Amino acid sequence: MDKIRTIVWKEWAEVFKNRMVIFTVAFLPLIMTAIPLGIIFGTRDIAGSSAGNNSASGLPTEMTQSMCPSGLSGSDCLQVFLVSEFMMLFMLVPVAIPVTIAAYSIVGEKTTRSLEPLLATPITTVELLIGKCLAAVIPAILATYTAFGIFALGSWIIVKNKTLLLALLDARWLIAIFLVGPLLAIMAVAFAVMISSRVNDPRVAEQVSMVVIVPVLAGFFGQIAGLFVLNKLIISIVAVVMLLLDALLLFLATRIFQREHILTRWK
Amino acid sequence: MIHANKLTKVFGKITAVEELDLDVAEGEVFGFLGPNGAGKTTTVRMLTCLIGPTRGTAMVAGYKIGQQDIEIRRRVGVLTEAPGMYDNLTAENNLHIYAKLYEVKDVKGQVDKYLKMLGLYERRMDAAGTFSKGMKQKLAIARALLHEPWVLFLDEPTAGLDPEASHLVREFIEELKKEGRTIFLCTHNLDEADRLCDRIGVFKSRLLVVDTPANLRTSTFGRKVVFHLVRADENLSTTLKKFEFVKNVKIVENKLIVTLDNPSAQNPEIIRALVQSGADIQFVGELRHSLEDVYLQLVKQG
Repeated sequence: MDKIRTIVWKEWAEVFKNRMVIFTVAFLPLIMTAIPLGIIFGTRDIAGSSAGNNSASGLPTEMTQSMCPSGLSGSDCLQVFLVSEFMMLFMLVPVAIPVTIAAYSIVGEKTTRSLEPLLATPITTVELLIGKCLAAVIPAILATYTAFGIFALGSWIIVKNKTLLLALLDARWLIAIFLVGPLLAIMAVAFAVMISSRVNDPRVAEQVSMVVIVPVLAGFFGQIAGLFVLNKLIISIVAVVMLLLDALLLFLATRIFQREHILTRWK
Repeated sequence: MIHANKLTKVFGKITAVEELDLDVAEGEVFGFLGPNGAGKTTTVRMLTCLIGPTRGTAMVAGYKIGQQDIEIRRRVGVLTEAPGMYDNLTAENNLHIYAKLYEVKDVKGQVDKYLKMLGLYERRMDAAGTFSKGMKQKLAIARALLHEPWVLFLDEPTAGLDPEASHLVREFIEELKKEGRTIFLCTHNLDEADRLCDRIGVFKSRLLVVDTPANLRTSTFGRKVVFHLVRADENLSTTLKKFEFVKNVKIVENKLIVTLDNPSAQNPEIIRALVQSGADIQFVGELRHSLEDVYLQLVKQG
């Protein structure tokens, strides 16, 4: 445990001196929080009209049923829908941050040629990978939770209607932020570790690792195109699938992270 | 302390290390010489459990590579080809991290001890990235010693350093030698190997020869005695060639260069013969080949 703590401390001490990492960790959550808050603020005047008439939102019934509790006006419901659209984008936070950190921490080790002395210590591969994963996942989760806290606080300040507030911060958001978010972060790190372990060029590792944000973007655009509605059931299914996927990816990452391969194949 | 038995490493179609048999005793400084790409770093990586052998076995510090790797890593220190420090962290933090990873009990004590020993204590709060190449190398040596390893592997410790920095690093290795540490020294610097090593192995994918520097000179070139004369001629050469123990005689200007097995026993007889033949001997000395000559000869043959 002491070695894992040392690796986490070392990673943070190194990684957070990199401007690109700081920018990603700080700026991305701020943007992703500001957009839905901006929507809520910008549409606050139209909210409250057409009380008790969900159909006035012009949204399909399937959507209004999954998002809007009874008692919300059509325009309130439209506001909930607009904010919900950004839930998928918000999910970029726990994906992009750990990929940036992990790509830097593993690829960076190789470019600075510090990986060999590190691997020469009596640390096991599992301890090293856990340390590196935690160093990437913890800031991502903290940034996601902080951003969501700011979003919730901003919503509470802007929205006066309690029913609307609860609809904006409903169980879908809570499951997404507190369950899917960490699972996405773990997936991103495991993927970055796997890529870093297999490719020969550090730049390729960084670029290919970013592929992991594609499914999140696909989800965002799929939802906007009306291909599916992110209701509680779909998010719960996504969470279960993510859990299984994470277990598989972590297993593969530890198998693929072979000291010999990394030391002898990297240029 | 190090025992390798037919240790082999193959990368695809390339055999980097071929059936290496090697024994390094406790407290010995063993020089591992070879040209670039000879497989020296691969050998160090195998012996420090960074990569596994394709065939063969080895014991380091009493533990078997491939089976007790963690135990071996606990007991060996490695100076890798590149210092590989964390440039954004201070010198102290760099060592602090490694002391923890090497399970050092008195982290602060050991870190301070080696920072002081290597003359880096005053700069301990500076980022390693601000250090010169020589200082980084010294920091990397400190890192390799934090856990008081039984065996120290030094891979090109003075490569790329200016003469002053090289001198400081060499002096420190000499100190370690005096402490009785077992050191496995990979180097291109033949003068360094000659000065520091008890024995030397010349390596080019396989071990060509292992011996003390003095014996390597003798076995490669024989022992040569130079007789400086007022005037050397063919008659004197013919006189000496009559002795069975004289292996070769060469005349270079007014010098006779005589190859012998045992100069201390055979020189008096030769001197008598030369004087009786009318030679005026000015002085006598042994021709000392540089280790570089030995190395080049062995690598050429290998």
